[in-house]
Amino acid sequence: MSAPEQCRIIFRHIDEPGYSNDLACYVRHGGYEILKKSVAMKPEAIVDEVKKSGLRGRGGAGFGCGLKWSLLDRKSGKPVYLIVNADESEPGTFKDRYIIHQDPHQLLEGIMITCFANNVKLAYIYIRGEFPHGARILEKAIAEARAANFVGPNILGTAYGCEIYIHRGAGAYICGEETGLIESLEGKRPNPRIKPPYFPAVLGLYQCPTIVNNVETLCHVKHIADMGGEAFSKIGTPGNTGTRILCVSGHVQHPGYYEFEVGKITMGQLLNDVCGGPLPGRKFKAVIPGGSSAKILKFGERFKGKRKVGAEMVDYDWGVEDVPMDFDSLGMIGTMGGSGGVIVMDDSVNMVEALANINAFYAHESCGQCTPCREGSLWMKKITSRMVHGTARTEDAALLKSVADQIPGRTICAFGEACSWPTQSFLAKFGDEFKQYPETKKAAKPAGALELV
Amino acid sequence: MPSNPSPVMNQVSLTINGQSVVAAAGTSLLNAAKAAGIDLPHLCYDPRVEAIGSCRLCGVKVEGMRGIVSGCAQTVAAGMKVITEDAELARQRKHTLELLLSDHCSTCMGCDKSGACRLQDYAYRYGADQNRFGVVLAKPPARNFTTLNKGILFAADKCIRCGLCVKYCETVQMAEALTFSKRGSQMVVTTPLDENLHETSCEACGGCIRVCPVGAMLDKAAVGKGRESDLTRVKTICPYCGVGCQMDLLVDKQRNRIVRATSSPDAPINGGNLCVKGHFGFDYVNSPERLTHPLIRTADGFRQATWEEAIGFVGRRLREIRDQHGPDALAFVSSARCPNEENYLVQKLARTAGATNNVDNCATSCHAPTVAGLAAAFGSGAMTNSVGEIKDCAVMFLIGANPTEAHPIIGLEMKRALRRGAKLIVCDPRKTWLAQRAHIHIQHRPGSDNMLLNAILRCILDEGLADQEFIANRCEGFKEFERNLQGIAVEAAAEYCGVEAELIRAAARLYALGKPSAIYYTLGITEHSCGTDNVKNVANLAMLTGQIGKWASGVNPLRGQNNVQGACDMGAMANKLPGYQDWSDPVVRAKFEKAWGVSLPQNKGSKVPLFITAAGRGELKALYIVGEDLVATEPNQTKVIEDLSKLELLVCQEIFMSETAKLAHVIFPSACWAEKDGTFSASERRMQLIRKAVEPPGEAKADWEILCLVSTAMGYPMQYQNPSQIFDEMVSLAPIFGGMSHQRIGDRGLQWPCPTPEHPGTPFLHNGKFTRGKGKFHAITFHPQKEEPCAEYPLILSTGRTLYNYNCGNMTRKAAVINQRDPGNFVEIHPDTAARYGIRRDEKIVVRTRRGKVTGRAVVGDRVRPDIIWMPFHFAEEPTNNITNDVFDPVTATAEYKCCAAQLEKL
Repeated sequence: MSAPEQCRIIFRHIDEPGYSNDLACYVRHGGYEILKKSVAMKPEAIVDEVKKSGLRGRGGAGFGCGLKWSLLDRKSGKPVYLIVNADESEPGTFKDRYIIHQDPHQLLEGIMITCFANNVKLAYIYIRGEFPHGARILEKAIAEARAANFVGPNILGTAYGCEIYIHRGAGAYICGEETGLIESLEGKRPNPRIKPPYFPAVLGLYQCPTIVNNVETLCHVKHIADMGGEAFSKIGTPGNTGTRILCVSGHVQHPGYYEFEVGKITMGQLLNDVCGGPLPGRKFKAVIPGGSSAKILKFGERFKGKRKVGAEMVDYDWGVEDVPMDFDSLGMIGTMGGSGGVIVMDDSVNMVEALANINAFYAHESCGQCTPCREGSLWMKKITSRMVHGTARTEDAALLKSVADQIPGRTICAFGEACSWPTQSFLAKFGDEFKQYPETKKAAKPAGALELV
Repeated sequence: MPSNPSPVMNQVSLTINGQSVVAAAGTSLLNAAKAAGIDLPHLCYDPRVEAIGSCRLCGVKVEGMRGIVSGCAQTVAAGMKVITEDAELARQRKHTLELLLSDHCSTCMGCDKSGACRLQDYAYRYGADQNRFGVVLAKPPARNFTTLNKGILFAADKCIRCGLCVKYCETVQMAEALTFSKRGSQMVVTTPLDENLHETSCEACGGCIRVCPVGAMLDKAAVGKGRESDLTRVKTICPYCGVGCQMDLLVDKQRNRIVRATSSPDAPINGGNLCVKGHFGFDYVNSPERLTHPLIRTADGFRQATWEEAIGFVGRRLREIRDQHGPDALAFVSSARCPNEENYLVQKLARTAGATNNVDNCATSCHAPTVAGLAAAFGSGAMTNSVGEIKDCAVMFLIGANPTEAHPIIGLEMKRALRRGAKLIVCDPRKTWLAQRAHIHIQHRPGSDNMLLNAILRCILDEGLADQEFIANRCEGFKEFERNLQGIAVEAAAEYCGVEAELIRAAARLYALGKPSAIYYTLGITEHSCGTDNVKNVANLAMLTGQIGKWASGVNPLRGQNNVQGACDMGAMANKLPGYQDWSDPVVRAKFEKAWGVSLPQNKGSKVPLFITAAGRGELKALYIVGEDLVATEPNQTKVIEDLSKLELLVCQEIFMSETAKLAHVIFPSACWAEKDGTFSASERRMQLIRKAVEPPGEAKADWEILCLVSTAMGYPMQYQNPSQIFDEMVSLAPIFGGMSHQRIGDRGLQWPCPTPEHPGTPFLHNGKFTRGKGKFHAITFHPQKEEPCAEYPLILSTGRTLYNYNCGNMTRKAAVINQRDPGNFVEIHPDTAARYGIRRDEKIVVRTRRGKVTGRAVVGDRVRPDIIWMPFHFAEEPTNNITNDVFDPVTATAEYKCCAAQLEKL
């Protein structure tokens, strides 16, 4: 079966010749018409449409967007804030950057519709510090939109007004965690907040109810407001509605970003048909399907079980190539759709070295707040580094596993999972390499090399 | 008696490890378990600090909840089923501890914290392997932000980065001196930009040391002087201000030394918080300058004498003077620093052996207007509410009070109230810490308090915000009060005060409508020639709005000394007998005469400043002073010395050779606060036990012992086994303390009134009815200060306390930490004023008034108004009270320390 066609909703105009990121171009392509339509609606009606649409958050966790909005404490008497999470830091993910660079007004329109629907008067776009160009584009776009009365007080002649501000991060992965982001926005260290009591929908920015949504999610809101929740829910597959942007990187012929209906394309179709297969003379060895923290999949392994299709349960027996690219299917086989960053590795890759690289990243990015993550990510890095440098001990593979096993579910935020899943899955699937490789390195160890790190 | 009317919490039932537990809603699982006797391991939780949740040791399993739940952050819910220990949790905890140890210098044998270290305890409990990761730790940097600090030592290699010290500093003390820098495994506790701690905004409260669960934050001076298990813990009360913080002294009994001080989170008033003075201010106890033997004046100084000789001499001379010159020829000054028992004895000594009512205490120089003013308005001159109620205030109205420096732990509670959303009004000529964060700061000129208060009262009436029902049912004298306010124009008053009228109106509204509002004031109100009027007007404000007699609502004078409340409680003043009983009431007199076996003196008695002037006129012949440095603390020092030098007999009971003691004929060496038992009355009327921690130096004796000897030598035998016996006698004579005893006071204290042994004590006064029946409005006419600025003296000098030093400084200035932070006298000057005089920052300058001059370092900044300069009075070598104005409140003889006219000069 050949791959389905891309279904470009968010990326409808991106890459079109002559399509630019200024307001005039956007308006020429029908921009802000849906905002005009939305402000004539009742805010609750828009919230209902989003609930009906079944839209799931595109930041990584796949939490229901309508559900998130419905948890807002609307009776507190405090202002409600929207924070746009544009801190796209997950290795292997580059979708939000393209939206911001190439179609910023689409994001702004989505923001304004979301703000109107939730009676938000102030929205912040928290953009990654490493995206200075994106921040400048957004600043310009906001200025244009404000001048055209799409943003600011009394938009489009209504009584409703909302301001959007850009806040640039200072270079930390943890700022993508929503409560860490909030702390950072408040001017503090981005230490994620302990839950309870700090669920952003109740106690968020400045202790006020706050929605934190990903860039791509908010763009979808615009299209839901356009086509209606029901129509949106027909795109994709049940429970995995709409389209999703997949960012493919690594050892394929045509890496890049692709937008497909969720669940309508399998991993095999994506890598082989869409991305042109492995590089010449190479074979796929492994793939990380949802950003570097997602558990790795090994080509050749099989996944068996029962899954729900419609009302009935059916058996499945999948290879990696057969897995549909949706939240639930990837979850069923022990990994996740995450942020949509698909990282492909072929048989040239040494898994110990690959993991050492990932572990170095997470050890560097742990905020340091809680013990299992701060010390655990450090030891995962140190141990894989010992392996790479040929100074590992025989018992280190087992030690590595025990460290990784004690982190998930024990930390303040989901970084604990993010940093330990790679180690857990690499060890589970490529355990042999972790036994053999250190020995070969040890044999080649130069004289006078340091012992344990 | 009303039961404790604090907001009632709902109770919920749950099971922990199969055991049924009831806890208040909002309690964390960790605390609910603790109350049930189940110890959940935790390193980063401390009751003083909001849950951090970083150590990940307190994780528990809760039926129906996913994964491991944080015991410190998760609150109880009805029907919860909680498991705190099982094999899986134990394995996880062991692993977490091993991770911590992999990064921790585990040389327990050399660690001061050994035996009291929770990491050590848990490592043992869960069998954690210290060296599972096979690692040799890198040496920490040779210096860090505490290397040059005199009090605090940070041992980076012991830090487990739980965040308690940082969170305490940031959210409890709100000093924001400590922070984390870097991230992940590189994360380290430090100061902003790694500056030296004593050069940051650190207030040296020692909180970081008290909350540290391991040996990473230590008392520098205590390092190597004994581990927790080697030391004896003595629970006592801080000897400095009137807040009444309970503290634990860790004592090396063998060497008779206090090694360090700390406080436990279950301390009744302070909840385990201390300020710099409480935590570090005990060095004076071990000071080599302590007096160790009785001293008798000679032609060229003092000579050592035996107790027998000194007591015999004093007894004989006092007897002679009494018999020769009558009751007004001798006077006794009691000490607000000494416990209740000793204050009771001083006034008893005066009224029995001395046959005079000439007894007073230092309340005269500070809060006597409170006692007089509030007694006239309400019938009781004390804080109406408790410290624990502050956090529940909706509006705090501060006037003439700087609690974050003068009463730091009350300041801490106000910070807590602010974090909980309370609104704050500060009326203060200076931009104090709280004023900077106030919702309304009225920076009125010193001495204009009554003008300001009258304007606020006028606004409340104008805007119909008065509580008419309260006024009608609970008060009297309203008509005259209202008539008196008719002449007040808010605009004109605002102009005189130098503030905007709109601010006054806003403050009036905010205070009147607060649910509830409470007033806090200190010496900015009382230390004026119109101090009593000021206090009465503050009382008017509370009554007019019905903001009194409720939880977290009332009028709260914050008392200055550890036991100034007690000195008044004990009747160490001319017109009151113990328990505020009227000296002139025949029933009361009969009771005391029967108990003491004497007929009580008939003279009216006088007050400290009048003792001094009487001495100057030669009318007062003998003055007996217990623990007071009148020379350093009374205004117009030169005159005080001149007057006191004319005395025939000046006797001092002292711990140091104070400025006053230098003039004495006989000095008795006293035991200090840490060397005796007794009780202190905190500002919130709570009597609390102080306990003997060390033996006094040399031949020094407890003041009560000395007083007994002197009394006996004067012909009135006094004998007590211990202070508890004295207390029992006092209680039997004073109905408001009738239900108290040392045993009942215990570790929690008791708040008077407490008339019967069953009475639980009284958290707030005037509930439903004022002590005097109806609250009395007073019509107050504004009187300006006695010395207005003029061409020759164009500035107003105001004085006060700093955070670090305490009064005459002879206790605090012995502490290295304090000297590092607050080494000498200074003058706060507005930049405009400084520019006018050409004065630069840190330059030594001269302040001159009509009485003399004093030097100080110029601190240029906008904490003061341009027309004001401000100075502390802690420094004997640069005595500010040399130049303060010796004019007095006509009712209480309290001096006008808070404003006089002054001039600046370059040195």
